[in-house]
Amino acid sequence: MDIIVCVKRVPETAEVDLAIERDEKDIVKKDLVFDINEWDNYAMEEAVRIKENIGGTVTAVTLGEEDSRETLRRCLAMGADRAMILADPALQGSDAYATALALHQAIKKERYDLILTGVQASDDGYAQVGGILAEMLGIPHVTMVTKVDIQGKLAKVRRELEGGLEEELEVELPALFTIQTGINEPRYVSIMGIRKARGKEIRELMVKDLELTEDEVGQKGSQIHLEKVFLPPVEKEAEIIQGDPSQISERLLEIIKEKGGVI
Amino acid sequence: MGDVFVLAEHLRGELREVTFEMLNKGLKMTEDVGGELYAILLGHQVSHLAEQLKGWAHKVLLVDDPQLENFNSEPYQVVLSHLIKHRRPSLILIGHTSFGMDLAPNLAVELGFPLITDCIELRWEPAGLQATRQIYGGKINAQVSARESDGYLATVRVGSFSAEQGVRLTGEIETIASPLAEEIKYKRFIQYIEAAIAEVDITQAEIIVAVGRGIGEQENIAMVQELADALGGVVACSRPIVDKKWLPKERQVGTSGKTVKPKIYIALGISGAFQHVAGIKGAGTIIAINKDPKAPIFSVADYGIVDDLFKVIPVLKEKVEALKS
Ligand SMILES: Cc1cc2nc3c(=O)[nH]c(=O)nc-3n(C[C@H](O)[C@H](O)[C@H](O)COP(=O)(O)OP(=O)(O)OC[C@H]3O[C@@H](n4cnc5c(N)ncnc54)[C@H](O)[C@@H]3O)c2cc1C
Repeated sequence: MDIIVCVKRVPETAEVDLAIERDEKDIVKKDLVFDINEWDNYAMEEAVRIKENIGGTVTAVTLGEEDSRETLRRCLAMGADRAMILADPALQGSDAYATALALHQAIKKERYDLILTGVQASDDGYAQVGGILAEMLGIPHVTMVTKVDIQGKLAKVRRELEGGLEEELEVELPALFTIQTGINEPRYVSIMGIRKARGKEIRELMVKDLELTEDEVGQKGSQIHLEKVFLPPVEKEAEIIQGDPSQISERLLEIIKEKGGVI
Repeated sequence: MGDVFVLAEHLRGELREVTFEMLNKGLKMTEDVGGELYAILLGHQVSHLAEQLKGWAHKVLLVDDPQLENFNSEPYQVVLSHLIKHRRPSLILIGHTSFGMDLAPNLAVELGFPLITDCIELRWEPAGLQATRQIYGGKINAQVSARESDGYLATVRVGSFSAEQGVRLTGEIETIASPLAEEIKYKRFIQYIEAAIAEVDITQAEIIVAVGRGIGEQENIAMVQELADALGGVVACSRPIVDKKWLPKERQVGTSGKTVKPKIYIALGISGAFQHVAGIKGAGTIIAINKDPKAPIFSVADYGIVDDLFKVIPVLKEKVEALKS
């Protein structure tokens, strides 16, 4: 089983007080910590587990800036055999469509039985690359996958619907699945492991290697253009309770009693 | 020109709320440019749903085929692209749901239309479609526009528009012969898998103390459990806590978990992603403790505490326990 996993390097923003750049085109990223997109980490783990169970190869591929090599080294440390980076400056600013097109050009010449991506990326959250890529490759896809069971040329998968309901599907391989968080428990990757992966080769593909022109990728090749980013307007403002923990707790107790809690 | 298609989403014989939200929004979008609103209903033996949609659109297009009985993006895509190529709407709205997310990207590529996903607002600009969407887990909004095109696709976030009916329309139902010639077989539906029966039913709880990734370690949940016990409530959580197997799935609140309606919901270290917040719309009072003043949870909470939960919770717990004894 030859598996290709598409991964993305994203900033960790959950606990950061984000600021917006002057030109209103992006958040200020210079002090942020970057790591593999959470969904992609689960996809990588799933690929490595399948390989460990039934044999085969795992190739990690990313489109991003040069820094994304770090993410690929992390994938190699997790168990990927090979890695490809699409870091041509002309590719920067690609939307989901242009990204999927570049990935398609890189992947179509490779051998694969299975392609995995995350459901979405935690930064822009379009949740499009997987579906677009599958359509371009002309292979079936299943999104929001929470279980994969390979049975020869078929895969039995579970896909998440809403409210705890799931569906079970049977799909012919080759196929593309977008992986949902919680499908497995991703292994711990040590700094040492990532360092060791430095020795492994990362294949670099430029726009011309992808047989694309610069007009087909980056902002020019995009379907969607970002005009500006801004802080969400405050629709309803929470009443902020201030004070030391003791004062806060007193006030909370009052609120809890008033709103129907029995203490 | 200007026609809007809304894909009716239904599951097990019932239309989902997002359908009506999109129909309301779609109607406004047709009024802006002078087109007609179409409700697109694909399914098997769903004429009762078509009747229900009549009052919400200028026209209901119904395609009945056994292959459309359970949502499956493959036959859906074949039928939708057939309808769209013939009727040439300017805009197709699909829910940003499990169904819509499985379908829209592929359909957009087949049609050659730009697709904007997870929109919370949509408008026509002279150059085409413009949308507002959220990025970075809801902490930042982005205004985006699609390149010029004859047609656009957009997926709409659940709850972004009202589902309450304004004017009642008198749409007629047009039944269209299914274009599905043979069985589409790459992706075969086998069965639904129901959520496991819950040991603790958080949907019935009056007081919920919910933990998110900010709880840090599994051991820290014990302290929250004690607080919940003292308050006579239950512990629930956001998705990452279930993903890590720290709490069972039955405790998860949100779109892929449970919808709860307690009198009091206390969110500890939860950022407030829309998939989580969708599950607490029915809560009476929401109290959030989060150390990030810009966490989106504060825009749905009634009371907010911008602090480290580990400083506040032990003190609060002590005070509740002292009151009880
Ligand atoms: C298809 C789909 C379905 C999903 N369904 C669901 C769902 O049903 N339910 C759900 O919850 N999510 C769901 N998600 C995931 C959702 O998008 C978010 O990733 C998730 O809700 C984030 O959980 P969180 O708030 O606990 O974590 P984070 O977003 O990481 O936030 C952690 C928060 O804790 C705060 N914090 C950290 N330390 C402390 C401290 N010491 N004191 C106080 N505050 C602290 C941080 O400031 C931050 O705001 C779904 C996603 C997808 C794509």
